[in-house]
Amino acid sequence: MNMIEAINSAMDVAMERDPMVTVLGEDVGYFGGVFRATAGLQKKYGKTRVFDTPITECGIAGVAVGMAAYGLRPVPEIQFADYIYPALDQLVSEAARLRYRSAGEFTAPITVRSPFGGGIFGGQTHSQSPEGIFTHVSGLKTVIPSTPYDAKGLLIAAIEDNDPVIFFEPKRIYNGPFDGHYDRPISPWSKHEGSEVPEGYYTVPLGKAAVRREGGDVTILAYGTMVHVVLGVVNDLGIDAEVIDLRTLLPLDIETIDASVMKTGRCVVVHEATRTSGFGAELAALVQERCFYHLEAPVARVTGFDTPYPHSLEWAYFPGPVRIGKALKRILED
Amino acid sequence: MSDTDRRTNLPPLRLHVPEPPFRPGDPVDYSHMEIPAAGALDRPAVDAPAATMREMPYGLIRVLDGEGRATGPWNPRLEPERLVAMLRNMALTRAFDERMYRAQRQGKTSFYMKSTGEEAVAVAAAEALDRDDMCFPSYRQQGLLIVRGWPLVDMMNQIYSNKADRLKGRQLPVLYSAKEAGFFSISGNLATQMPQAVGWALASAAQGDTRIAATWCGEGSTAEGDFHAAMTFATVYRAPVIVNVVNNQWAISSFAGFAGGDETTFAARALGYGMAGLRVDGNDPLAVYAATDWAAERARTNHGPTLIEHFTYRAEGHSTSDDPAQYRSAEERSAWPLGDPIIRLKQHLIGLGVWDEERHAEMDRELAEQVKAAAKEAEKNGVLGIGLHQPFDTMFEDVFEEMPWHLKEQRAQMRAERESAGI
Ligand SMILES: Cc1ncc(C[n+]2csc(CCOP(=O)(O)OP(=O)(O)O)c2C)c(N)n1
Repeated sequence: MNMIEAINSAMDVAMERDPMVTVLGEDVGYFGGVFRATAGLQKKYGKTRVFDTPITECGIAGVAVGMAAYGLRPVPEIQFADYIYPALDQLVSEAARLRYRSAGEFTAPITVRSPFGGGIFGGQTHSQSPEGIFTHVSGLKTVIPSTPYDAKGLLIAAIEDNDPVIFFEPKRIYNGPFDGHYDRPISPWSKHEGSEVPEGYYTVPLGKAAVRREGGDVTILAYGTMVHVVLGVVNDLGIDAEVIDLRTLLPLDIETIDASVMKTGRCVVVHEATRTSGFGAELAALVQERCFYHLEAPVARVTGFDTPYPHSLEWAYFPGPVRIGKALKRILED
Repeated sequence: MSDTDRRTNLPPLRLHVPEPPFRPGDPVDYSHMEIPAAGALDRPAVDAPAATMREMPYGLIRVLDGEGRATGPWNPRLEPERLVAMLRNMALTRAFDERMYRAQRQGKTSFYMKSTGEEAVAVAAAEALDRDDMCFPSYRQQGLLIVRGWPLVDMMNQIYSNKADRLKGRQLPVLYSAKEAGFFSISGNLATQMPQAVGWALASAAQGDTRIAATWCGEGSTAEGDFHAAMTFATVYRAPVIVNVVNNQWAISSFAGFAGGDETTFAARALGYGMAGLRVDGNDPLAVYAATDWAAERARTNHGPTLIEHFTYRAEGHSTSDDPAQYRSAEERSAWPLGDPIIRLKQHLIGLGVWDEERHAEMDRELAEQVKAAAKEAEKNGVLGIGLHQPFDTMFEDVFEEMPWHLKEQRAQMRAERESAGI
């Protein structure tokens, strides 16, 4: 399966198991979503469980909170993460805090799915990575898969979770992993690890990272598309790096990070989002606070630039193999 | 553009900034206000298409006339006992507000918001709804809880943020939550409850349930995007929901004109969505009851949502934090042509021969005693800031269903801080 099929399968399995799971969003019903992630679900589960909505992200999120208060498990789709901002207040002030402010009387077990990230010539309105905005909010979980297997298992776990989850799907790797070399043909998921996806039910637990490659010289923290870019660079340069795929940004698997950095003594954080106040800053601070006496070099960040995503220059913006390779060499020389 | 390019044959454009009719010190004259006679508006069938009821959102549904007589097609013809119960609940709401306002002035809590003059909006609506219909209120509908018999002591514990506050001292006073009473947790962010109510109603419909939802916001809050998102969703899916707009003329110091009220009525917002819209004399408990009853039946029989504008007046300040004398004429309240909802219902009941001034005074005394006793009871659990609050550890609970490591670490840090400070 590719990642879209895996995500589709996750919703299918979740809807089959729990009649309260309900999918809503722009174009998700009849058409099955602009990325086809919800294809076939309306036909199978009917229009009251999978339905198209008006184009109001504020409404989609607000309605989902109300549906959850009733007892449903809504899985709203925000068509592109760039359009999540109109929904921000409902997610940040309402979904995230409902359990807290009502002392558990009401909860909002919603899973907001949204494709994010660049590298598809989406310009500055179809490319952004807003995960740092959500990890800054108390009461939200933020999940980002990097393989079809994980996408399905994590999404089912997110839907079953009783807290609101922001589930960002790295759209650059929907159809196949991406090593950062945009000029090479894309190779489909079927040829790669992680695309063997069981048909039925399974979960990948939230809050647990995956060590994608073991190594002794440096720890690289990444998630989503960047996991594959990092693996490509490490292989190309022959660096003995330990590559950690965070999978859940919040709650973070700090144990795996601590253990790895204490072993390697070096840490590089990689993400596509803009740099300033990004999630990489949080990771660097945590590593510095917790592993300082094990560090042999300052923690390095490789990120997108603090500009909007430029359409024609997107590969200059993207933290690709060159930028990552340079950072790795520098930190290994330190 | 250079000066020579400027087109001198056109008048300069002007920016229109709305002004309320009266400012502090101004004499008040409401003669411009059109107040149709009680009983003048038709009562359409509950399944009538929205497009055939265009006068409803522009008129004013009134049942009680100037002498307190009930008249016209909207007269709900309630039993006298129910009317007395309604009167009692409005009076109890007022007595509760009075007591809690004083508690704030005495420093027992940080903040309070009264619903004085607007009691009919929540009380009469709650009388018309079923007990298990779900309410998504704003902060001025304490009357819903009163009608549903929610313990006053529980409400006061919340206001005092004391150790018995079920919300663990996390919410500002009056932002209640009472799931058992069908009362959704109130947000401090205006209008967020509107799409949530619609979502609840959609879910109820999708499940083949029979319960409907109702939600309330102020006229000022209708300018928020959430309101319009809710209206779109409500009509698109014909949600079984009642959208109540409480037009009490003021949003803190901004008059209704800043939400668009100078140009049209708030009920007329419904028309553009294809929704039924009713404009109601919000100080007429019988009219509020009748309109809510109509809308509830419409929703319950799958004929879709209704927007009800409750035309009323906020008799007191916005909250304990503002002084209305700074921005509006003091005469506005006494000159308000639609009177006071409690006095109007009292007059009606006296006219029916089932009530009199003595019984009314006796009821007020009784209610004041009831509220006073409840306040004493609640104060045993503490008032804001004098130690009888929630244990500090509760601060870290309920952020997530299970506490993640970073919150556990922060909790340990707080414990250590307090220990080293000897607290
Ligand atoms: C999103 C948001 N913006 C601003 C405020 C501050 N605020 C609190 S109440 C209020 C006025 C609301 O007026 P209205 O909706 O007419 O209701 P009323 O208080 O008159 O019942 C404002 C601006 C807020 N709580 N939330």
